[in-house]
Amino acid sequence: MADDPKPPETPKPPAAPAAKPAAPAAKPPAAAGEAHVPKAAPATGPAEPPPPAGTEPPAYISSLRAAIPGGVTATSLYLGDWTIIVPATHLIAVARYLRDSRDARFDYLSDLTATDWPPRTEARFDVIYCLYSTRHRHRVRVKVRVSETDPLASVTGIWPAANWLEREIYDMFGVNFTGHPDRRRILMPEDWQGFPQRKDYPLEGPGELLMENPIDWLKLRQAKEEAEIE
Amino acid sequence: MQAETVRGAMFDTDELVINMGPQHPSTHGVLRGVLRLDGEKVVDCDVVIGYLHRGIEKLSENRNWTQIILLTDRMDYVAAATSNVGYCETVEKLLQLEVPRRARYVRTILCELQRIASHCLWVGTHAMDIGAMTVFLYAFRERELILDLFEEFCGARLTYNSMRIGGLPQDIPPGWDKKVLEFCSIMDTKIDEYETLLTHNRIWLERTKGIGIISGEEATGLGLCGPALRGSGVARDVRKDEPYSAYDEMQFDVPVGTEGDTYDRYLVRMEEFRQSLRIIRQATEGIPEGPIVGKVPRLIKPAAGETYHAIESPKGELGYFIVSDGKSTNPYRFRVRPPSFCNLQGLRRLVRGHLVADVVALIGSIDIVLGEVDR
Repeated sequence: MADDPKPPETPKPPAAPAAKPAAPAAKPPAAAGEAHVPKAAPATGPAEPPPPAGTEPPAYISSLRAAIPGGVTATSLYLGDWTIIVPATHLIAVARYLRDSRDARFDYLSDLTATDWPPRTEARFDVIYCLYSTRHRHRVRVKVRVSETDPLASVTGIWPAANWLEREIYDMFGVNFTGHPDRRRILMPEDWQGFPQRKDYPLEGPGELLMENPIDWLKLRQAKEEAEIE
Repeated sequence: MQAETVRGAMFDTDELVINMGPQHPSTHGVLRGVLRLDGEKVVDCDVVIGYLHRGIEKLSENRNWTQIILLTDRMDYVAAATSNVGYCETVEKLLQLEVPRRARYVRTILCELQRIASHCLWVGTHAMDIGAMTVFLYAFRERELILDLFEEFCGARLTYNSMRIGGLPQDIPPGWDKKVLEFCSIMDTKIDEYETLLTHNRIWLERTKGIGIISGEEATGLGLCGPALRGSGVARDVRKDEPYSAYDEMQFDVPVGTEGDTYDRYLVRMEEFRQSLRIIRQATEGIPEGPIVGKVPRLIKPAAGETYHAIESPKGELGYFIVSDGKSTNPYRFRVRPPSFCNLQGLRRLVRGHLVADVVALIGSIDIVLGEVDR
């Protein structure tokens, strides 16, 4: 752990280390400009390009809009994948519809993950449900925006696969899932404080206990023991 | 609970909580299972993971797109080339980059060789856990042949770093394809060897038939993937449903089980050996000429956007969800959907009502790699 091949010079917003294998001598102007400008402000939100005008959304999206009013805030089409953005309040209804309706039949929860967009203060997390239908063999992504304090309903009742996946999101991001049968940390130890995958969590871990040199640990421990004896 | 014996004396029986601790020869890595037993029957099993969590997703946010290929090796270290391919294909999808046909063929050959290597390790360790130790030695002998092929190609035996965004780092050495075909002919007879030892072996049948039965619907709901799902009768294979690399040009079958027990999952994987050999032969005999890497920009910086792309690793559906913010040379969010993680979720449901010895058989049957579970 102490011998990181990359010395952790800047922990936060993605640092662009100059020493890259792909750093050529003749840089294109944009890259040269970026090397001098201090790190650009982090992106304020995901790029969700709307479908180009005139594209027909798949049948289940139109029927979803009709069946659940207010269920679909927006849709996006990028690289052939459809994404449906759903308000957190309608998540369970939309999820159940997508699983059960005849032209959707999304019975397989491929992945459930989250992304942190700190500049978007009113709802910093994007929780993404990647769904797949074994019957119709199509995919869709459902996206919900949620903030750190707002609870989000758990979909374990609809897809039991969500159990561990939601535990991981809780562990890494701190999103509150209500109705989850087993809400505890999964990858980090149970008593860990902090949510590692958030953008404001340092890469090297909790600061004051981290020391580069084991000799420093020993000195600190010795000092603590001496303090205790006194 | 109290039980009356013949003589009328009462015995207090309680549930015993046993720790199948992270250090255990049969848990295939650092996996902890807290078993609640009623006698020898498992009432419940709480699976605890995280002992091999290295923060690969967080590290990737601080690495540029090519450096992450090294990290993907180390997740499923048994089948590293497939993790590499999955990642490279996702980034190529984000970049909308065309991979030359020759590179796609070589990637297919490497993925299928990796599938055979991973299944060799699976059959060896699964059989050894159940007690058939000879299979372990035989399977690793063949795995060595595959590792030799990989070493000749990219210099490494376990963590290959053998893919680049847009293709491969170098072309296959001359004569390599002949060695692959020789390997295929050797492997055919060896698969028969493994089957002779196990498939109709009475002890094997008793240990694996009827253990861990799960229906197709339940398996789909639980998110199982790969042979664990196919053993229950669900014909789901990413290579057929959403072909990638050169799989759309290959002829192969996807074996599907019927009962959903450990024996069926075993049969599915044994048949996958043979189908992989079929694919390798087709791909090797038909490798087209051409460049080995596509037209990749000097600085890899996909436009802002996000995508999910899945491939079929030996363990199941390996998916990558990558978000690019279009500004920096690192991904904004790098998420791996590990098949072993999703399969391991099913362990709690599978072991209920079985004996402690069956827990070991089921962990082997699901085929997990803790590096991938914990990342």
